[in-house]
Parts: sequence; structure tokens; C-alpha cells
Amino acid sequence: MTPSRLNTATRILGILTLIAMAVSLYMALIWSPPERTMLGDSVRILYFHAPAAWTAYLSFGVVAIASVMYLWKRKHIWDIIALASAEIGVLLTTLTLISGMLWGKTVWGTFWTWDARLTSTLVLWLIYVGYLMLRAAIDDPERRARLAAIVGIVGALDIPIIHFAVLWWRTLHPQPIAVRPGGPALDPPLALTLNVAMIAFTLLYAYLLLARVQLELTRDQAEAQRQPVEAPVGAD
Amino acid sequence: MTTTREETRAPAPPITTETTRRGGLALYLAQVGALVWKDLAAERRTKEILSAMLVFALLVVLIFNFAFDLRRVEMDLVGPGILWVAFTFAGILGLNRAFALEKDRGALEGLMLAPMERSAIYVGKLISTLLLMSIMEIAIFPVYALLNNQPIRLDILPVVFMGTLGFVAAGTVIAAMAANTRTREVLLPILLFPILVPVIITAVGATAIVVRGGGWDELAAPLSLLAIFDIVFLVAGFLVFEYVIEE
Repeated sequence: MTPSRLNTATRILGILTLIAMAVSLYMALIWSPPERTMLGDSVRILYFHAPAAWTAYLSFGVVAIASVMYLWKRKHIWDIIALASAEIGVLLTTLTLISGMLWGKTVWGTFWTWDARLTSTLVLWLIYVGYLMLRAAIDDPERRARLAAIVGIVGALDIPIIHFAVLWWRTLHPQPIAVRPGGPALDPPLALTLNVAMIAFTLLYAYLLLARVQLELTRDQAEAQRQPVEAPVGAD
Repeated sequence: MTTTREETRAPAPPITTETTRRGGLALYLAQVGALVWKDLAAERRTKEILSAMLVFALLVVLIFNFAFDLRRVEMDLVGPGILWVAFTFAGILGLNRAFALEKDRGALEGLMLAPMERSAIYVGKLISTLLLMSIMEIAIFPVYALLNNQPIRLDILPVVFMGTLGFVAAGTVIAAMAANTRTREVLLPILLFPILVPVIITAVGATAIVVRGGGWDELAAPLSLLAIFDIVFLVAGFLVFEYVIEE
């Protein structure tokens, strides 16, 4: 895709994300009634917590796929996609952890507990922070892309294994509500709000990914232009 | 490479023309054997990895004594954790050193030029590190038991071995990676520990069962979990290693 077409796509996606986020915020904070059984108003935190967690997993999935594609095709663009997705993934996991702690304080009475889901999310966060640190510590672009791709794949394969091991401890975390067999257990307006927030976050992820990839491509272009080249002066 | 003590050299396991001609697994194993022999011979002359690991593991046990005041706390509860912190932290030291030696004066490039499968380098490094770590662990456990007034239990050995196998299976790959970065030693623990969380959790859990005298039926679940993790990390390491060192 040419930079200018990518530019248009990013801009359209940005506008869509803005609208979806505004609607989602309105629904989550004002329109949605409080949850009736036990959560009360704290359910409003979950409208952001659950979508952040979902998009975090999505972004690490994208890192793994882009990493496999890089090792296979050795195209620079796959490395850029993996980098962009990993950065957004770390951001979203951070948001997941922070919103989860805020919710935990109101409902469980504690910011943190070493429960299975919380622990594996923290470990996940650490793996991808390590991934970004590895990238920062290698100067050669080819080597950086190759080694990062390996961590991207191994990290993703490790996620179910970590979860499996951590389940050794009993879990406090509520089971995922939206995907429970037998239909959602949330009241319809609450489920609707959650779905809208899911869409808004997925759009946000796609927008950030495109924008970040574009930034990296522009940076590459600038880097290439810094080299002394024998092009005529004024040529674009 | 000059040495005045020619007689102290053990002979390398021979890779005869016979083995080369047969090829296949026999040749592969001979190559791995030669690599392990090389590492052990280097260690036997310098003694730097083993001594560093031993002293460091001992220091960890000592520091935990100050941190927790081990006369008062329930040893069955914290003991397994202390042991595995000592083992894995010392193991990090050993892994870093093992690859620092290979980076020194282009030894790794020499290995990569040798006519053999790249994965043989992985298997060789894994086995030599596993051996060195096992020696350290077998030496440290009685000292730990003695200092903390704990029984020396032999049935801890399979748990320690399987936990260490998982540790080196993943650790060898990550150490090879970290050796190729600017920050080197710093990166190994940062990348390795999160990936190894499953192995460490189950190893500590299994050790706790052994320490409190649980039977084999109680140990079956964590040991089979450990076995699964070991196999996953071994297969993944074996497949991924050639990408790590391709240059």
C-alpha cells in the first residue's frame, strides 16, 4: 500500500474510532443502568476493562502472526507490524491491569490478588516489555527483526502454558461473561454497552496499528533520505 | 591454545571416518558429544562457571536467611522457593558465562562454520549447562539442608532434574539471543524468567510436596506437568535455535 492511500485509510479509521469511542463513553458512563445483582456502578469500569483485555490478546496474536510471516518471507513490513502491535499490546495490557485493579478495589476490596488470571496477565505484560527491551538492545535491523520474531512466537506459545500452570492456584476472577455457553449472563442493555465498547476498542486498535506502521514507514523514508545519494537536487 | 600440562588433557571423543560415513543419528550424537566435551574440558581448566554458580547459590541461601529469619518461619513453606531462587539465579549466571565464552574471539562463528547441524550446538550447550547446573544443585542442596536443619532428601532429585531441564531448554535459546544484543547479560533474566514462569511454579510446587513428605501419587500431577513443559521447551528450542544464530 502506498503511503498516501495508507494515510487516507488511517484518517477514515481515526474518524470512525472517534465516533465509536464517543458513543461507547456515553453508553458506559451515562446510558447504561448499574448492574443489579452485585456489581452496581462498578460495572462501568468493566466496559473498558474487558475490551482492553480482548484487544491486548488480539494485538499479541497479531505480533505472533507477523513474526511467523517475517521469518518466512523476510519482508521488513512484517517486522514493522509486529513492533507496532507489540507496543499497542503493552499499552492495552497496562490499561487492563490498571482498570482491573481499580475494579478489584471496589468489588474485592483489594487492588491485587495472586489469582490465576491476574498473575498470567502480569506475566504476559512482562514478556512483551522484554520483547520491546530486546528490540531496543539490537542495532542491526535484520538481527533485531529476526530475534524479536522468535520472542514474538515463543511468547505467544507460552501464553496458554502460563495460564495452564498458573491455574494450579484457585481462581478468584469472574468467568468471562460475554462468551459463556448458554448466552450472555448480562442484562441486555449492559451487554449492548459492552459490545459497543468492544467494537470501539477494536477500531482503536486498528487505528493505532495503522498510524504506528505509517510512522515507522515515514521514519524509514527519512532515514533513507539522510544517506548521501546521487539524486538530482530537488527531486522528491 | 598452548598448554604445558599436556597430560591433563582428556582425549576428545573420536569422530571416526566410520561414524561420518554412517551419518544420521550416530554422527549427530558424536557431534553433540564433541561439543559437550569441549565445554566440559574448558570448564575443567578454568573452573570459572561452576565456582561462580556455587558461590552465588550459597550467597542466595545466606541472604534469604537474613531476609526471612529462617529460624522463625515455616521452612516447609519458604524452603522450596529459596532453593529454586538459588538454582535459577545461579543458572542465569552460568548461562550468561557459557555464551560469553562462545562470543569471545569468535568461537561461535567457528562452531557455525563447522559442517554440522546448527541444532547440535543447541543440544550440546544444553547438555553441558544441564550437567554443570546439576553439579551445583547437588552440592548446594545438602549445604542448604544442613544450614537450615532440614533433612537431606534424595527423592528431591527427579524434581530438581526436571525443573532444571526446562530451565536450560528455554535458557539456552534466550542466552544465545541475549549474547547478540548490546545489553547482553541484562537481557537474559528479563526475557527468560517470564517465559519460565510455568516451569518455576510447578518445580516449586513439586519441591514443596517432596519437602513435606508427600508420596509419589501426590507428585504425579506436577511431575507430568513439568514433563510436558520440558518437552514443549525442548522442541521449541530445537526448532528455533537455528534462527537465533543464523548470521
